[in-house]
Amino acid sequence: MCLGVPGQIVEITDTTRQLAIVEISGVRRPVNIACIVDEDHPPEACVGDWVLVHVGFALNRLDEQEAQKTLALFDQLAAYEIR
Amino acid sequence: MKYVDEFRDPQKAQGLLKDIHRLSQAVIDRRAASQKEQPIKLMEVCGGHTHAIFKYGLEAILPDAIELIHGPGCPVCVMPKGRLDDAIAIAEHPDVIFTTFGDAMRVPGSQKSLLQARAEGADIRMVYSPLDALQIARETPEKSVVFFAIGFETTAPSTALTVLQAAAERVENFSLFANHVLVIPALLALLQNPDLQLDGFLAPGHVSTVIGTVPYQFIADQYHKPVVVSGFEPLDILQSIWMALRQLATGRRQVENQYSRLAQPAGNPVGLKAINQVFEVRPEFAWRGLGMIPQSGLKLRADYARFDAELQFSLPNLTVPDHRACQCGEILKGALKPWQCKVFGTACRPETPIGACMVSSEGACAAYYRYGRHSAATQVPVAPGRQ
Ligand code: SF4
Repeated sequence: MCLGVPGQIVEITDTTRQLAIVEISGVRRPVNIACIVDEDHPPEACVGDWVLVHVGFALNRLDEQEAQKTLALFDQLAAYEIR
Repeated sequence: MKYVDEFRDPQKAQGLLKDIHRLSQAVIDRRAASQKEQPIKLMEVCGGHTHAIFKYGLEAILPDAIELIHGPGCPVCVMPKGRLDDAIAIAEHPDVIFTTFGDAMRVPGSQKSLLQARAEGADIRMVYSPLDALQIARETPEKSVVFFAIGFETTAPSTALTVLQAAAERVENFSLFANHVLVIPALLALLQNPDLQLDGFLAPGHVSTVIGTVPYQFIADQYHKPVVVSGFEPLDILQSIWMALRQLATGRRQVENQYSRLAQPAGNPVGLKAINQVFEVRPEFAWRGLGMIPQSGLKLRADYARFDAELQFSLPNLTVPDHRACQCGEILKGALKPWQCKVFGTACRPETPIGACMVSSEGACAAYYRYGRHSAATQVPVAPGRQ
């Protein structure tokens, strides 16, 4: 129920209803982006953003820097083991 | 970055796992002599975590000293039978198109499931999003289209935004049967139960994306247990366990956020605002297995009463006891494991479910059944001291 899948916004289709097309592992789906739009992020600026999609809504934007930090920690721990 | 495969790389798990083994020993070492045989009990609150744990075989690679306790984070599992009977009563109304997520279709009510009601002629349609239900309402103005709104805070913003959309467009034939539930009151109820001795929590990542990480603070402050907000990929879960162990090994008690790529401390302001605009908290709500929990469910506010199916239809509204054999309640509290239920895998199987925990894609019984955990064999935790 609480599952979500990451996808990338490829197109804004309806700015009033805040609908976009999101590509999720090669499949394009209409997704409501109301939850990730604000003054700093008008709909047009959202193209290219990675979001987590849950029941047809983008729940939040994925933060690449934070993701890299998490991945870097795994490498660090692995390197620590080898030493 | 695809945000999936990177977090499934078994190579990357190696360092993490070694440190998990080291830390779990350190946690046991800190304990009083009489406590050393006790497993380190971590509850993964969300059923999505439970399934990932089994899908990737994480239990098998963790130290025996760690016991994962499966929590109540499965909205379909915690819905009492009476509410399901109410949903079926609405669905069987001749003027109604009843729309629902697939998860709820096979959950047994006291007489039948939605699937059986559909076979008997009710117009019940599976939808992927509440927006699909709204679209059906736009296309069939002569019918009353009811959406079965279930789910935790993850799903509530979507339902709320759909209601706001319906209000803006004046779609009059759309309504909700609202059954949204809240995670924090359920955790509080679990923490107040003296029987359940937990060492820490992996908090649900997607719920936290909406509510943020701050609402868990009371667990660290008042109950002195670590909380780690966790993602759903195998490396996320391992890292979260590692973070909880690090706290336990050093005596820290904090709310930490493993899922920082998605969940922020303040949550999602737009989602929260939509929830608050459309819904209010019910004084209490019945949970299957956990009983009545104060302030734990959402209903539509008076301003949106015209979208409230509960007010439009006369409902049986009965409290229906669960099947006598079903231990779903104990399983949702983390007190029993599915294989301890007498009918698990025999009378109760996914094709012939007796309880909701066997049907929902997030139920613990379904996970154990699907991934072949039919006995205690690999389950009994042995403290390292005994090996
Ligand atoms: S196995 Fe079936 S009857 Fe037993 S607790 Fe699980 S869902 Fe209930």
